[in-house]
Amino acid sequence: MLTMIGKRLMFAIPSLIGVVIVTFLLTRALPGDPAAYFAGPAATKEAVEQIRKKLGLDRPLIEQFFRYTNDLAHGDFGNSLTTGQPVAAEIRNRLPASAELTLLGLIVSVVIAIPLGVLAATRPGSWVDHLCRVTTTAGVSLPVFFTGLVLVYVFYFRLGWSPAPLGRLDVFYSAPPTVTGFYLIDTLIARDFEAFRSALSQLILPATTLAIFSLAPIARMTRASMLAVLASEFVRTARASGLSPATVIVTYAFRNAMLPVITTLSMVFSFLLGANVLVEKVFAWPGIGSYAVEALISSDFAPVQGFVLTMAVMYVLLNLVIDILYGVIDPRVRLEG
Amino acid sequence: MTAQPLLDVQDLTVEFTTRRGIVQAVQHVNISVAKGETLAIVGESGSGKSVTSYAVMRILDRAGKIAEGSVMFSGIDVKAATEDQMRDLRGREVSMIFQNPRAALNPIRKVGDQIEDVLRTHVQQAQVADHGEKAIEALEQVKIARPRERYHAYPFELSGGMCQRVVIALALACNPQLLIADEPTTGLDVTTQKAVMDLIVELTKRRAMSTILITHDLGLAAAYCDRVVVMEKGRVVETAKAADIFANPQHPYTKKLMRATPRLGVSLRDLLPEEETVSFASPRVRGEADAQSAAGEGGSPSTVLAESPPHPDPLPASGEREKGKPLLLIEKLVKEYPRQGATATLGKLFGRKPPVEPDVFRAVDGISFSIGHGESVGLVGESGCGKSTTSMMVMRLLDQTSGLIQFDGEDIGGIQPAAFARLPQRSRIQMVFQDPTDSLNPRFTAARAIADPIMQLGDIKGRDALRARCEELATMVGLPHNLLDRFPHQLSGGQKARVGIARAIALHPKLVILDEPTAALDVSVQAVVLNLLQDLKARLGMSYLFVSHDLNVVRLLCDRVIVMRTGRIVEEGSSEKVLSDPQDDYTKELLTAIPHPPLPVH
Repeated sequence: MLTMIGKRLMFAIPSLIGVVIVTFLLTRALPGDPAAYFAGPAATKEAVEQIRKKLGLDRPLIEQFFRYTNDLAHGDFGNSLTTGQPVAAEIRNRLPASAELTLLGLIVSVVIAIPLGVLAATRPGSWVDHLCRVTTTAGVSLPVFFTGLVLVYVFYFRLGWSPAPLGRLDVFYSAPPTVTGFYLIDTLIARDFEAFRSALSQLILPATTLAIFSLAPIARMTRASMLAVLASEFVRTARASGLSPATVIVTYAFRNAMLPVITTLSMVFSFLLGANVLVEKVFAWPGIGSYAVEALISSDFAPVQGFVLTMAVMYVLLNLVIDILYGVIDPRVRLEG
Repeated sequence: MTAQPLLDVQDLTVEFTTRRGIVQAVQHVNISVAKGETLAIVGESGSGKSVTSYAVMRILDRAGKIAEGSVMFSGIDVKAATEDQMRDLRGREVSMIFQNPRAALNPIRKVGDQIEDVLRTHVQQAQVADHGEKAIEALEQVKIARPRERYHAYPFELSGGMCQRVVIALALACNPQLLIADEPTTGLDVTTQKAVMDLIVELTKRRAMSTILITHDLGLAAAYCDRVVVMEKGRVVETAKAADIFANPQHPYTKKLMRATPRLGVSLRDLLPEEETVSFASPRVRGEADAQSAAGEGGSPSTVLAESPPHPDPLPASGEREKGKPLLLIEKLVKEYPRQGATATLGKLFGRKPPVEPDVFRAVDGISFSIGHGESVGLVGESGCGKSTTSMMVMRLLDQTSGLIQFDGEDIGGIQPAAFARLPQRSRIQMVFQDPTDSLNPRFTAARAIADPIMQLGDIKGRDALRARCEELATMVGLPHNLLDRFPHQLSGGQKARVGIARAIALHPKLVILDEPTAALDVSVQAVVLNLLQDLKARLGMSYLFVSHDLNVVRLLCDRVIVMRTGRIVEEGSSEKVLSDPQDDYTKELLTAIPHPPLPVH
């Protein structure tokens, strides 16, 4: 098992090297001069030149690349030009924020979507099926910033149930000591239940926004793959041997239907993690997506490179987890690799 | 028979609601099964035999329902029973064995757990403690070697025959009174079929169970059943004792089925119904095709025609036909597969069992044979004997490990499989596949499918010329021209088989490899297709390599037979000689495993 994980990680190295090269070249090819941007609009030509020299941008591309990779090897992602902060530290702070939001959104979505999909598949044509269709269509056709704004309008502005959409924690609470970076977990570890409630109430609206959006692919995939499995011969055998409907649906049909659902889940997760910039903007969430977009707009190389590299690593790890899960669910995968 | 039958089906009508309205799959069927009796329901696909059994267990699809009639099972009205009552009945009182055992088992659950699921559902709480032992006992009953180990096996780790034994264990775990076996041996090798059927009969006899055997194989029905019910298009056309029905079939459909079943002592033509025999070889169709082939399709077809008899029966012997060089010469052909590939390494990481097999597996182990011009050779053996691997190597779909493949005087063994597809020799070897449905592109019309090889390799250009050639080919294979624009799902099995054959002969091949071309077809359709193949061979002067596990079919179509086992040739000779006087023990075993009707039929 460990050997397999090791092997899979080895296979990921070439693609990571590719990512490093491509992001390096791509950020250099972007229009805009970071030195000029950094120096500000009032700077003289000499000042810009000086900054360029200081940043090493006057060196040949190949030398810049080697310097960059050398830094990477030492865990140094460089400094952001706009904030002056080291990129590694920024990502370390912001990635858990995004991950916590995405994970919670996905959990909410799974908890609703999978039972909905299963019920829709076991009763095709019934009201559950129609409900499933309407919810998923609505969820996927409303843009996330719109659902986000509606939720803020209703629950914060009108009803006043939720706190102001201003980040991860109410200003009156201090962040818990970092253990996992997930405020929900860290506050519990610190036994700070007030802060936990605050963190949770800040999370609910953005997480719901994400959940509504990701409901559709998961519920649809669950329904489709359940329908296929329910029509299969081993389900007929199970029914012909008098097993209870619960056993037939859960043990026989659902476990088999899980495989495509897990694939969809992993795709949705990795998509949301980097791409929910709009949600992060609406809720002033200090996530990694908005960080990367801001850096990109201001031609700030280092954060963009750091972001892409982090996402690549995340994808590799995620795929590894999915493969292991596959092996747990389906014994055939263990043999076929 | 006792006064009160165990199962009594009266006037049963099953309806399916489809997009085109209501379809009656079963109409006014009366069937009764006495205690301890073995009943066969025989019919071709679409005759409603499976639907009848699903209705008895009430496991019809959502769209289907019992519209009329009654089903009484030992005093319980199945039509009126609640779902809970039915669930109690299923598995404990009535259970079922399905076709395609591998698909009938949950692929990701251990077989032992699956048997336990059934036991846990039906056996009283008091005995709950030893379900594991009971499941192992059930596996023991069906004669699975090392049942304790197999308990932890997944279906994909077991062979087809072994999976069917597990399904039988599953069905018999709770000692039901009635066992419904729905084509339990279709897709299994003859020797496995015999073992499985013998096992079912032994177990049901010992427990005094009643059995319904649903099959399309009259021979099987006759060999194992007391009574036979013949169904056609949703109706019962004849019910009789097994011995009587063969001696004295009453209904024309029964007679037709019986005629179409390949068996000893008949020729291909005998398989066809009397009236069709005439039309099939009608001089009109025949003359047309001959005229066009003589008109300018290259010289060879007409020359072969001249020496073939007008009504070609299976050729008696092959000796005199082998003049000059053989068309296909195979010498010391070997194909090895590595056992320890990347996949096996990964498997080892997860698996618990140490590998016991050697590093390479010889699928084909040094075989040599030849096929003459215009000769048809049968390659017979059970699954895994290497017959398909051999045909793939001849087709250059696979690269051989070593050995010589010479086709028409040229060594094609050295050609890379990928390169072969573009060479002119490629058009001289064609193939007809086992599954007529899966081997056609679902998005191609029949005409497009037939034209495909011509467009790839042929020299006919232009829409109209292609169309004309397609129609010509359709005429040759007896496919009505108005079907040419249909898609595969709009054609019947026999029609799809004809499209596959037309596609194979489109480029005037010299050798056609037939990979079980009739295995998926009903017997009456099989009879027609076999006759068609025989006619085409005589008309176009092709050679056939007929890959099959059905010895009766091979005997009808082939001049010579090669029997393979575990990659080696165990026996070779003229069809009549090998099949009437087998020398090798394995051939004898294969022959005795075929179920025979008790009496010859005429």
